[in-house]
Order: sequence, then C-alpha cells, then structure tokens
Amino acid sequence: MGGPLDALAKVCGDVRPGEPEEGILGVAPRFVAAPATVPEAAEVMRVAAERDLAVVPRGGETRLDWGLPPERCDLLLDTSRLDRVIEHAAGDLVVKAEAGLTMERLAELLAERGQRLSLDTPLPGSTVGGTIATGAAGPLRLLYGSPRDLVIGVTIVRADGLLARSGGKVVKNVAGYDLGRLFASSYGTLGLIVEAAFRLHPVPSARAYITIPVPDLAMAHEAVQAVLHSPVAPSALECDVTPEGMTLGVLLEGVPEGVASRATYVADLLGSGARIDQEPPSWWGAYPDGTTLIELTAPPSALRPFLADLSPDTPAAAKEPADTAPARSAQVRWSASGKGYVGLTADANEVAEVLARLRATLLPHRGGAVVRYAPEGVRTADDVWGPVPALTLMRRVKDQFDPGHRLSPGRFVGGI
Amino acid sequence: MDQMLPALAERLAGALGDEAVITDPVRLRTYECDGLTNHRAVPAIVVLPESAEQVAAVVRACAAAGVPYVARGSGTGLSGGALPRTDGVLIVTSRMRRVLEIDIPNQRAVVEPGVINLDVTRAVRPYGYYFAPDPSSQQICSVGGNVAENSGGAHCLKYGFTAHHVLACEIVTPDGDLVTLAAGDPGYDLLGAFVGSEGTLGITTKITVRLTRVPETVQTLLAAYDSIEAGGRAVSAIIAAGVVPAAIEMMDALSIEAAEASVACGYPPGAGAVLIVELDGPETEVAAQFTEVERLCREAGAFEIRIAADDDARGLIWKGRKSAFAAVGRISPAYIVQDGVIPRTALPQVLASIDALSAESGVRVANVFHAGDGNLHPLVLFDDAEPGAAERAEEVSGKILDLCIEHGGSITGEHGVGVDKARYMPRMFSDTDLDTMQMVRCGFDPAGLCNPGKVFPTPRLCGEVPGVRKGPHPYEGKADIF
Repeated sequence: MGGPLDALAKVCGDVRPGEPEEGILGVAPRFVAAPATVPEAAEVMRVAAERDLAVVPRGGETRLDWGLPPERCDLLLDTSRLDRVIEHAAGDLVVKAEAGLTMERLAELLAERGQRLSLDTPLPGSTVGGTIATGAAGPLRLLYGSPRDLVIGVTIVRADGLLARSGGKVVKNVAGYDLGRLFASSYGTLGLIVEAAFRLHPVPSARAYITIPVPDLAMAHEAVQAVLHSPVAPSALECDVTPEGMTLGVLLEGVPEGVASRATYVADLLGSGARIDQEPPSWWGAYPDGTTLIELTAPPSALRPFLADLSPDTPAAAKEPADTAPARSAQVRWSASGKGYVGLTADANEVAEVLARLRATLLPHRGGAVVRYAPEGVRTADDVWGPVPALTLMRRVKDQFDPGHRLSPGRFVGGI
Repeated sequence: MDQMLPALAERLAGALGDEAVITDPVRLRTYECDGLTNHRAVPAIVVLPESAEQVAAVVRACAAAGVPYVARGSGTGLSGGALPRTDGVLIVTSRMRRVLEIDIPNQRAVVEPGVINLDVTRAVRPYGYYFAPDPSSQQICSVGGNVAENSGGAHCLKYGFTAHHVLACEIVTPDGDLVTLAAGDPGYDLLGAFVGSEGTLGITTKITVRLTRVPETVQTLLAAYDSIEAGGRAVSAIIAAGVVPAAIEMMDALSIEAAEASVACGYPPGAGAVLIVELDGPETEVAAQFTEVERLCREAGAFEIRIAADDDARGLIWKGRKSAFAAVGRISPAYIVQDGVIPRTALPQVLASIDALSAESGVRVANVFHAGDGNLHPLVLFDDAEPGAAERAEEVSGKILDLCIEHGGSITGEHGVGVDKARYMPRMFSDTDLDTMQMVRCGFDPAGLCNPGKVFPTPRLCGEVPGVRKGPHPYEGKADIF
C-alpha cells in the first residue's frame, strides 16, 4: 500500500502536497485535495478515515483564521470545485447548491430570477459551505436570521466517508432531526458540508437606508428602542461606532410607495439630522477594523452598558455607564438582532481586560463574547470562547460524529 | 420491570409528593393517547411536576431504574409523539404554566413548558407583541409541545416555525442534569437540534421565546374558484410577483361542504376551491401589495372575491378554514388527517394524482392545505363501521405520502413523525441518513430511555462504531415498539 498521497490520488483528480503558506494559523497541511464532485469528496473523506488523516475543510479562505489553530492538519479539503447550482426552483423559492459555490455567484444567479438568499456576505469570496459552517450573517439577520434559519436541507460527508442528508428541498418539513441547524456554526468539526438547500425570498423592489449620528449612549439606546417597537418592520437596525462617533442605520425594504412612507416615519422618529439614502453607508455589513475581532451576543438592553465598557472614561468598577461615545481604539458594529462585533488593535493585556469587562457586563443580559481572530500571542486557548454552558453535551455529540477527533481537531470550543 | 415500577412510583412520590404521582388505572387512562387517538397505551405512572428540579428528579429516578419516560404537554400532538409507554413514566407539564419574564426591550419572554401557546400572546399583547407560531390548536397546545414538534401554523409562510422563535431552552438532559441551550452561546447549535426533536433528546423546562411586533395592519381576502387548478394558478402568480403573504390557504369542494355543514361559514356557493390570502405588515406596504394580490386572484379566474372589512369579517373568513378538520366529521363517520409536503409548484400534479387515487380506491379525500408552502392536509374519509374501510383509508393515506416523496417533498410538514410515521422514514431517508441523525440522539441519550420508539423506525446502538451494526437490539424481547 502506497502513501496517503497516492491513496488520495486514486480517488480524486486534484491532489497535491500542501504548501507552508496554506497553513491554518501556522499549521501547514501535508496534503491538499480538491474533489470535483460530491462522490469524489466522499471518497476523499473515506481515504482520510482509513489513513487516519486529520481533515480541515477550506472554502473561500475567508474565515480560516477564525478560532484556534488545528492540533494537526494532514489534509486540507478544498471545496472550490464543488461549485454547481444543483437546482433553483424559482417557483418554490428554493435553491440547492454545492458547498464551494461563492455567495456572490449564487446571488448573481438568483438575482436573474428576482430572488435572493437573505444573508449578507460580510467577507467577499465566502462559499455556501463556509457560510453555513461559520454561521455567517450580516445586518439582514434582524429580519431573516442566520444560516441556521434559512438552510432547509444539507448533505454532509461524515468522518467515515458516508454521505448523509437531512431536511430536503421544501421549506416546511419536520421529518427527522435538523442536521442543518446542528452543522451551522460547527466550524468543520462534525463533518464536511457538500450540498445545501436554502429558502429564498424575492428581491425587494425598493430599499432605503436611514442613518443618523448619535451623540451619546443614552440616545443610542432610546433610538434603538424607538425603532424596534415601532410598526415599520425594519430589515436591519445597525449601530456603527468608531473613535470619531456613533451612527445608527436602519434598512427598510419593500414596495416603493411603502418604503418611501416608512423611511419618512423612521427619519421623524430618529429626529433632526437623519438622512435617507438609496445606498448603504460605507460601513454597512462589514466587520470593524482591528487586529482582534470579538463577536458579541448582546441583546438591545446590553448596547449601552457594553459600549460604555469600551470607553476609556469608564472606570472598571463604575456603576453608571459613561454617556460619552467610546474613544478607545475599539470599533463596533452591532445589530439589534443581538449580535455585535468589536474590532481592536491592542496588546494581549488590553484585549484580555476588554474581554473580561465585556463578559461581566453581558452576563446579566444573557450574552457573551468570543474572540474570532487575534494575532498569535494575543489569542490564548483559554480565553477565546468564554463560558460554554452545554460543553458536556457538545463533546458527546462530537464523539458520535467524529470518534477519532480528526475533523478540524482543536479548532472549536473546549478543545473540540 | 414489573417489580421495579412500584418502587419507582414510591420514590417519585417521595420526591414530588403523593398527589403529583398517578398510579390509579382509571386516572391513568386519561393519558393513554395524545391528539392522534388511534394509538393508545396506558402509562405505568404519570407524574405532574411543578418545577425543573422536579422534572430532573423524575428523569434521574427513571435513568437509575432503567425505565423509559415520555414528556407530554397538552396532548394535542397529531403524530403520537406523546404516546406513553405501558412500561414507563409519563411526565406531564401541565402544572408548569408560569410566564416567568416579559422582556419587551429585548423582545423576548421566558415561559415554563406547560404555558399555553395563546397565553404567551395574551400576556404580551398589551405591549404590542405576540408569539408568532400559531398552530391550529394554539388555544390549548403548550409551548413545550411546540418546541418538541417545531410547530408551525397558517402564518409560518412568512414568520417561520417555532425554531425561529425560540432563543433558549433550559432542558433536563437524559442524565438528569439541567442545562441551558441558547442560540447565542458559543459552540454547537444544540438548541437548533433540540427544537423539533419530538421529545427524544430531553425535556425542556424553561423556554425563552422571541416576541414579534404586532403588525400595523392585516388584510384578508377570500377568492372563490371553479377548480383547485385555478386557485393554484393564483397562488403561483402571487409568489411570482414577489409577494410574501402572511398566509395562503386553500380548501377544495369537499372540505368546503364539510365546513358549511358544520359552521355555516357562508363561502360562495358552487366553489370548487376557495383561497384565503392574508397580508400583514406596515400599512403602506400591505395596501400596495393587497391591490396586486386582488388583481392576480381575479386574473386567475376567481368568480367571487370577498375582502374582510374588519376583524369580525376576517374571523368569518377564517372560521371555515379553521373548523375544516373537525367539520369533516359532519360528512364522514371517521377520517385520517394526513400531513405531507410538496414543492408548491407540484400542487396541480399531486392533487390530480390524489384525485385519481381516490377514484380508483373509492376512498373520498377532502383537501385542505397551506398552499403557500405546499403543506397538504388531505382528510381521508372512511366509515369505521364498515369492515376493511380503515385499512383502505390507511393505504390511500400512505400512498399520498409516497406521492409527496416522489415529488421531492416530505412526509410531515408540521405534525411530526412521532410513532405514526416512523415506518415511513426509510422511504424518505437512507439508512445512513437515519443513522447519522441518531448520532445526535446517542450523544444526548445513549441509554435510549427518553421517548423511545418515536421518530426512528430502528434505534441506533450508541456504543457502536459508526456505520457498523452489531450485538442484539436494545429492545429485543423487551417490548413491542410499534
């Protein structure tokens, strides 16, 4: 029996040794395989199981630096050749695509029929599979949720190389467990996503972005609450914070006459200084700048206190949040759906201090803070995830799906 | 086992108090079935816990004794998901009915599992909010049951299912531990796997639900057509125009006849199909889209269109639809409510095939469906006094599911698999698919004591190497699981 490379080459037409620069957070892969079909991907996984190869999936390489480095990476499984749309059933508002298709290409194809997958793509080049595996979403998550809410079926390759499906291609379906939701945000640790079906929505015929600079945290809180409890049904409600100031943005989508009157309503609600545009502001839907990215679970009630944490004027023990905008190096993008991102360019001590503060502040709001990426030296395994309440169950699920701990080992919570 | 149950009952009475444990055979009979009454099993013990800690104590006691247990909310399920075990404990959540927290700034509420679906809405309505999942049984079904079944309802076309409206569940794991699964927590989305797992992964004891802002306006119309095909054309046209209605419902002539006999809903006489379309949202949006919907309904051949002028008129339009299941009792002594899903565009073909099936077998089928999302509820009519009729109806009902699978659909859109459809799962999924789903179950419940015999036709052995079956079946010789 030959080496692993030969064994892989027998089942996959595109196999080669890995290059050091393809390393995942410094861990270089021994081999790279790019299967061209789903059966080929399954064969590659089967060979990996036979040869005890640790496998890390790679889509558009947009979030490979998220999380922790793999304990080992024998095989980088590149999905970029799995890039077909299997079926776009426009009349059913459903699409099924392979995992390596980029979100942009998918959006183009759907737009030809006046439809969309209602997920933003914060990082261009992201693939369908990577988007699911990382639970990626942007401002539209307020109304439409994240991949777990829009995936209606998945095909995965298990650690042992067998293909398995859950869900299907109809939106309403409660037959069996929903592996699509389980695989969303599982970061390649349970299996390889090879196909996914999504629920689609019509592209709205009109949209408007209403933005307003907000001078202080109390006003930010009040404006958010006013919009949330109003009847305008926003598609997105975002807060952008830089050292220069805070801006609130509301996205309305619908029919032209409806959007026009709702936009006026929101602008009135937000007060003087609000502007209405057809195009998004420059910061819309992108992650904040910084060498460290922290993802927050922060419901609307947490907005004011967590922003105060990021202000250097707030002493750690302060009971009342400072009412000035944060002036630390932090940048913040927060969605009223309860997700936020903090970008920091700071040393390990400062990041640790910010994390501790944020976690303490968010805890009573049932939120938390996770480090998505950080420079080596700042990123420490203990501090990346924060508390993981159901870790025991997660380990047991992992052990079932990947008993040999070969799939993205060590990349995820609790050493999973 | 027989000696074990009295000891277990005693232990449970010690933990919960005598009046929370039922072993009297007459009282136990109350719990012998859920909303699907053709499956019955009298549980050995019923417990009525009042708190999460008590549920955990019951589960720990069952685990220690190796006794299976089943959770039950209001017992309105239509797939036998809460069918008890004759050799097990039924854990009824009807004493856990507190709304624990209403958090309007964050648009959420925390409730106990026995809280009635509509009571969540009643509690938050004064603040301008409601709980979106609206199964037809919402006046009596429990939120815990909604979580187990991932319940939908007429309005899930626009608003989604329970899974989209639950932010966290505190659960008692099959180990008897209290753990919170929350959508925002780091790690696997175990909440996503738990919702819709039909009570097989644990028992939820506290649920954080998302609250939805009451829409500014609601507009409802009823359109009458000569045929289902014409109604179907209207549905396609509405979807193609980029409108996402809150609900699109359709009824055929037979179900209209039943509804008329039962509630005198006054639908247009002679209609071969009626379509109900409801739009909701900001007033200006709804106004513009409603005009278009009305036009599209007319273009598809509606011979009459009624627009609800107010809530009373809207209630009247919905009355016929909501009474349809029960109303069928007026035109048939017995019936099976089927729940299948097809891609919406396959509607005309599948309905024609159901017609053919009905003609060929002589079994009448009334059709009521959530037309917007292709969720069919064929009502298969039969006379239970006639020998063999039930079997013939069952056969037609099964063939309808085959049609759904053939067209790329599903064997259940909202009623769940439960005990009723476990045998159909292999028609929709491969052995590997089912084996893979059960890996989740093995992670949560390796002993297989939590609502066993539901969802999956064959339990997976949890200790085995994936893909390889060996050793005796865990239930071999112990129980008849179907």
